[in-house]
Amino acid sequence: MTVQGESAEHQWVDDHAGPVVRPYAVTGGRARPVTGTFDLISLVTATRKDVSPEIGIGPEHLAIVGLCQRMQSVAEIAAHLDLPVGTVRVLLGDLVARNLVQIREPQSTLGIPDHSIFEAVINGLRAL
Amino acid sequence: MDYGHSERPSGAAALPTAIKILVAGGFGVGKTTMVGAVSETRPLRTEEVLTESGVGIDDLSGVETKQTTTVAMDFGRITISDDLVLYLFGTPGQDRFWFVWDELALGAIGAVVLADTRRLADCFPSIDYFEGRGTPFLVAVNCFEGARQYRLDEVQAALNLDPEVPVLLCDARNRESAKEVLITLVEHAMKVRDARRRAE
Repeated sequence: MTVQGESAEHQWVDDHAGPVVRPYAVTGGRARPVTGTFDLISLVTATRKDVSPEIGIGPEHLAIVGLCQRMQSVAEIAAHLDLPVGTVRVLLGDLVARNLVQIREPQSTLGIPDHSIFEAVINGLRAL
Repeated sequence: MDYGHSERPSGAAALPTAIKILVAGGFGVGKTTMVGAVSETRPLRTEEVLTESGVGIDDLSGVETKQTTTVAMDFGRITISDDLVLYLFGTPGQDRFWFVWDELALGAIGAVVLADTRRLADCFPSIDYFEGRGTPFLVAVNCFEGARQYRLDEVQAALNLDPEVPVLLCDARNRESAKEVLITLVEHAMKVRDARRRAE
């Protein structure tokens, strides 16, 4: 089978057909991650360029590592892979347990944002 | 290095971090339109699949075949700098999904409540929710063509808002207008934060 970029897999079915694999099949039936809570806006970065397939690492895990070569939020990963957030959290737990991704918790879990954050956002928005 | 909180950056925003703002309001009021108008890409969609235990608030009796409910959220990203990313989340249109709202509102710096003066009551649940949670919010009246223009103080009175809550007109399709709404919100959130600090 040859895969020609991203579009190839989307040619199999359109959006209306729904997922080919049920969400919990992707996680092996697990509903909770082995580690971590993963806020929607926790930022995920891959720790390696690529990962060779091994036991317990499926194509969706590899897809996340590929996607997170550039920092992505949990919500973005779910949207790009077209998987429910709960499923992505389980997969991320597996990757964290193997040190394949790094998680940066959102500002809110680090305490109330200080003035500099608010000012940076206001200035950033003005500059858009 | 703070060993008690090894995840915590020693300086403010020294490491990449993310913050979020919510865009709420009734069905069809322009939430996703506004998210798309200011985001760097077209709005993305993410889904939460709620299993039976998660949808306890929903009465599913008589719908035996329905075991799960899918709640879709549209969101966008604005990269402020290398170490600060702002996410805008449109709240699910169905107000009954409070379970998802709680997750979204947790840690949000503020919320935009979009209102349509033809269906003003549609934004009541959003306002009640953010008032109850203490999340700083403002009301942005989306100016639909053909809708009668009300004065802002009329809207403020009709919604029975606290005088400190900003009320402004906007065009959710327009990037500059959406930017203005967000800037006003962040300035308001900063004031609310400072007032709470002083009260402590």
